[in-house]
Amino acid sequence: MARILVLAEHERGQLKLATLAALGFAAKLVEIAGGGEIHALVIGHQVEAVANGLRRHGATSVILADDSTLSEPLADRWASAVVDAARSCQADCVAGAASTLTKDILPRAAALLDAGMISDVVDVRRDDRGLLFKRVLHAGNALATVRLDGPLRVITVRAAAFSAPSAQSAESPIVPLQLAKQPSVGDTQFVAREQRISGRPDATEARIVVSGGRALKNAEDFERLVGGLADALGGAVGSSRALVDSGITPNSLQIGQTGKVVAPDLYIAVGISGAIQHMAGMKDTKVIVAINKDPEAPIFEVADYGLVADVYQAIPEWLGKIEKR
Amino acid sequence: MKILVTIKRVPDPDTRIRVKPDGSGIVTDGIKHSANPFDAIAVEEALRIRERGVDCEIVVASVGAEDCVEQLRVGLAMGADRGIWIQSDGDLDSLAVAQVLAALCEREKPSLILMGKQAIDDDSNQAGQMLAGLLSLPQATFVSKLELTDANSRARCGRETDSGIETIVVKLPAVITTDLRLNEPRYVSLPGIMKAKKKPVENLKASEVAPLAKSRTHLVSMEAPPKRKAGVRVASVDALIEKLRNEAKIL
Repeated sequence: MARILVLAEHERGQLKLATLAALGFAAKLVEIAGGGEIHALVIGHQVEAVANGLRRHGATSVILADDSTLSEPLADRWASAVVDAARSCQADCVAGAASTLTKDILPRAAALLDAGMISDVVDVRRDDRGLLFKRVLHAGNALATVRLDGPLRVITVRAAAFSAPSAQSAESPIVPLQLAKQPSVGDTQFVAREQRISGRPDATEARIVVSGGRALKNAEDFERLVGGLADALGGAVGSSRALVDSGITPNSLQIGQTGKVVAPDLYIAVGISGAIQHMAGMKDTKVIVAINKDPEAPIFEVADYGLVADVYQAIPEWLGKIEKR
Repeated sequence: MKILVTIKRVPDPDTRIRVKPDGSGIVTDGIKHSANPFDAIAVEEALRIRERGVDCEIVVASVGAEDCVEQLRVGLAMGADRGIWIQSDGDLDSLAVAQVLAALCEREKPSLILMGKQAIDDDSNQAGQMLAGLLSLPQATFVSKLELTDANSRARCGRETDSGIETIVVKLPAVITTDLRLNEPRYVSLPGIMKAKKKPVENLKASEVAPLAKSRTHLVSMEAPPKRKAGVRVASVDALIEKLRNEAKIL
């Protein structure tokens, strides 16, 4: 029997959709094991609404670790809460959708639990010797099939690889978590989080992502062309590393090996050449469009539709046609 | 203060990665190797801390087979003071490496441990956080801005998160992992290379440093990812919109 603890991720009171994919992964593990329990873990302060939102996804329970010292996701405090929750439900697997939050917290929790860990899992199956996990590595240039020994495993999954479990009519009970010890708050202090002012969706959750690269010369042009097209299509914006490095876009927009990994229905690469490291973050997209004036740009090798054009002409033309409709 | 910086030998980021036909791993013969780029950023940051006037010893350490000494020498040529090569012949996973490094930290007692946020070969992004957990030290991951405060007893860190820059303060000793924009590592100079040859590199054995460290993850097979089918070129914005509406049915 499998017992899986899934760390939920939320921001400003909203559950991140990727959490549902992690629950989908957990459901798959239960199915493989022929039965089991899934416990969702919500950590934070005054986050009952997030916990409530998780009650109709088939979990055995929603564990709620609510404490004023947990209001910000500081790794030492949150990892310790994950450990307490894993012990309370006797988990044999702790999972989360891969993000900067889970990548910060879950490896620390794994070490505290003396458990091995696999990151960025895209598939799981079993053979006669046990579970086999498939994961992405080498900037998406290789897929490894890996075993993980031990009574407890920690896993992060690629959200795009697992679908959300169907909604249930039965509500999971909310179980408050008793923290084993109050964290020592002097060691790590939260100072501030940069406020994201854009009202646009997050690139990891959007159906359409419009992403800009080196062809964009400054922040105004990025906003007018990439932001403008994203707004006109109801999508999110993304960026290549080059633009983040040059200060044109904030880091939270970076798509790639070391940034966000997205797999939307439509990815429009605007003036992006297509470095391997960038493509590692978007090549599981359903439909890729590339617009670039260099016909030799590597992005065209993965694009379903390629348009060789100057983005400073093509994007305004596209925007003009949307306005006319 | 003592700063410990870890360096992993990885295939150079500009090399083309190919999976071996028998699926046992990637082709490593004849390809160029480098210090993991995030680790080079960590070495650079240690040097900048010293150049800002903090009196410190900078120790670089690597876990691996003998060829990783080459990457330790790069760290020494950049300006680190001494190296520690922890010999391990089998591949160790992140937890095993963290266990080895934890044992090393018990001996070296650094005030600051700087590590790359992830190695660009296995892309796991685990070892730093695991080390911090094993040592019960504060951690700041994905750091793109670092400033020592309170008479070098704390570090104020800007972290690159999915929702933007988060600033936290951690008490030292702590584990800090570096992100891309923390700095641009300096080039190694010829005098630096000459000096590095004279700097000490101690050789320890992982099996002696941390006898209980053991990998839990085991590679079964490796494969190349499925290739995307080549798409089509369209001649105009109109043609593109038409394809997206009527063929892909996505707009």
